[in-house]
Amino acid sequence: MSLGPSKEPAIELVGIDKKFGAVHANKNINLTVAKGSIHGIIGENGAGKSTLMSILYGFYHADEGEIRIFGKPVAIRDSQAAIAAGIGMVHQHFMLVENFTVLENVMLGAESGQLLAKGVASARKELKRLEDDYGLEVDPDAVIEELPVGRQQRVEILKALYRGAEILILDEPTGVLTPAEADHLFKVLRVLRDQGKTIILITHKLREIMAITDTVSVMRRGEMVATRKTAETTVEELAELMVGRRVLLRVEKGEAKPGSVLLSVRNLTVKDSRGVTMVDDVSFDVRAGEIVGIAGVAGNGQSELLEAIAGIRKPTSGEIFIDGQPAANVDPARLRDLGLAHIPEDRHHMGLVLKFEEYENSILGYHRNEQYGKGALLDLEAIRKDAEEKIAKYDIRPPNPRLKTANFSGGNQQKIVVAREIERDPKMLIIGQPTRGVDIGAIEFIHRRIIEMRDAGKAILLVSVELDEVRSLSDRILVMFAGKIVGEKEADAGEQTLGLMMAGIAA
Amino acid sequence: MEFFDILVSILGSAVRLSIPLLFTALAGLFSERAGIFDIGLEGKMLASAFASACVAYMTGNAWLGLLAGIAVSIAFSLIHGFASITNRGNQIVSGVALNFVAAGLTIVLGQAWFGQGGRTPQVPGEGRFAPIILPGVDAMREVPFIGPLYANVISGNNILTYIAFLMVPLSWWVLYRTRFGLRLRAVGENPGAVDTAGISVPWMRYRAVILAGFLCGFAGTYLAVAQSAAFINNMSAGKGYIALAALIFAKWRPVPVMFACLLFGFLDAVANFMQGKVVPGIGEVPVQIFQALPYVLTCILLAGFIGVARPPKAGGVPYTKER
Repeated sequence: MSLGPSKEPAIELVGIDKKFGAVHANKNINLTVAKGSIHGIIGENGAGKSTLMSILYGFYHADEGEIRIFGKPVAIRDSQAAIAAGIGMVHQHFMLVENFTVLENVMLGAESGQLLAKGVASARKELKRLEDDYGLEVDPDAVIEELPVGRQQRVEILKALYRGAEILILDEPTGVLTPAEADHLFKVLRVLRDQGKTIILITHKLREIMAITDTVSVMRRGEMVATRKTAETTVEELAELMVGRRVLLRVEKGEAKPGSVLLSVRNLTVKDSRGVTMVDDVSFDVRAGEIVGIAGVAGNGQSELLEAIAGIRKPTSGEIFIDGQPAANVDPARLRDLGLAHIPEDRHHMGLVLKFEEYENSILGYHRNEQYGKGALLDLEAIRKDAEEKIAKYDIRPPNPRLKTANFSGGNQQKIVVAREIERDPKMLIIGQPTRGVDIGAIEFIHRRIIEMRDAGKAILLVSVELDEVRSLSDRILVMFAGKIVGEKEADAGEQTLGLMMAGIAA
Repeated sequence: MEFFDILVSILGSAVRLSIPLLFTALAGLFSERAGIFDIGLEGKMLASAFASACVAYMTGNAWLGLLAGIAVSIAFSLIHGFASITNRGNQIVSGVALNFVAAGLTIVLGQAWFGQGGRTPQVPGEGRFAPIILPGVDAMREVPFIGPLYANVISGNNILTYIAFLMVPLSWWVLYRTRFGLRLRAVGENPGAVDTAGISVPWMRYRAVILAGFLCGFAGTYLAVAQSAAFINNMSAGKGYIALAALIFAKWRPVPVMFACLLFGFLDAVANFMQGKVVPGIGEVPVQIFQALPYVLTCILLAGFIGVARPPKAGGVPYTKER
């Protein structure tokens, strides 16, 4: 396949094949990326994007296939070899030492000599040059943990450039950024491309692909299913290629019919374990039959707010009422009796016990219900039957209640949690990151369930760092910044308006 | 003047008692800053004490004893490394296991070889590290305060004592001024950052535990052929744990480690001195109070009353490449 025939290829992957035991992660992958272009790789979780990039960066070895960089076949045995070949990688979870300075992080592994003193001087000079060339300014003496995430990511890019990277791989780079930070990142990427660098962008966000890439490849179940020029494709086509069937990208929902107030939060203040105020004097209501979304960049107090309402974290002051009953400082079991269901932000840490079998997880928190057994004993037969019903209704795959939960995909794990909480028919539902790490097909499914709950007259509080998700599901949007609700907008508020509010700039 | 004499003698003994702690805590520092918790310091110290006593007794050469102590201690470190780095085992379990192995093996081998209930025979004079009298001791003896301090605290220690104190700035320099130190600290905080920079995480960690073994070898040797003249059953007597406490108390930094070890050594010296003595108005103070103090202080620190002791972030966690 030839893309931009005038340009020489920077990367050619020929017949890359990789198996992990029974899992065929990459099937005979062929890919050509032109020099000086931004190439997107898109696909659902588990489609094999990360594996492919890990092979390119020397984390894994391909079982078969050839890698050519700027026309020359190379053997990338480890990351050192990848760096030597001119490949740099910006990982989704930053590979930074948090209590080191920017300078120390940039130098690590490229110190130029046994003693640090000499390398420090030259690294400082080189950082200055990169700042001038690409507009990547950052204080070399700042400690990483004190920098905002956008800056930390910049350090990752600088690390790659410092090592002379000509090819830059970015793995889901915008997940932790505000819309403004993401825009800035894209600007930087364009500058890098215009100066001749080749960039590979791995993402599951179709909008980003459309906004920044020149060409795009779609992966599905380990296979490279299509490569397109971005200008010649559409979001709809890419989504269909990713999932293998037509998907509804927009959430279809009717007008909300808000009823009486079911959840009421008054002057709530929550501190974290270090004593830092994370939620600062927050008040709001959620009515029956409406979805209230909370938008905000991760770390602005949304998690703590959710945890306080769910009874997991003690508020310092303030009140919470569920259906008129006081619900602050009440334990989660009692909250469930009051009709509150909670889909936690992090299914691995809070929602599931990964080592349990599926049917065990399907009753967590509800295991005292009479339906599942009397006294000290569980009625395993009843639980399994109940689990099988949920599996059928929520299309959880593989449909095996005896399978260890860790062996389900992210989307199916999330469905286990969603099924458990929704099937209890609660009066109100609080949801954190309903679709984080969930593939498009399952997103569609979960979104539909949430709308159904609303239409059935439940009160729903939704927290998500995906602004698109908040905008498409919510009837009202509250924006949180630095622990405060800085404003309320209608569901049709523009992305830019919300973005500025999320950055604390406009109210 | 009598009080001053007592103080000088307690200080002198505090220095001597803090040396094994200092070597051991520095050993733990290198290991733990690289992300490998080392509860087996105690066992390494004990095993190297035994090895050094055996070799020093048989050869009559203290330096060969030291060499043997270091070799055995490094061997223990390598086992710990093999379990916790190569095989990604639980570091605490591996360390505790090694402590048991050391406690048992030293007695069994000692009994088999020497038949003295697990002790080794007395190491002859030339097989020990003798006290070194620094120049000018006699000249300064008459100077009030400084003279006795110089003679009894600074001078009159064996060579290992001076090496121990030299190790402090040296450790600091290695940790903060060399490439090795930068990578070692990084691998204890975020091994992923080290791996993606193209540096081998296991090899970095192995080097760190080998260094820990090296330093622990000095500690054991000091116990058996410098402070005493033979190996005695369980002669480390929990010093490895006290050293670990000192390491935490010092928040994993070399210079504070030295002060923490001196403080704990001082408490030990006071405990020895107070044995059987009656304090006016209070009566006899149980020595256990002083012996417990290092642990009490460490607990108070860990409870957050004296700042926060933040251990290396990746400590205790085996490194696996992400899937």
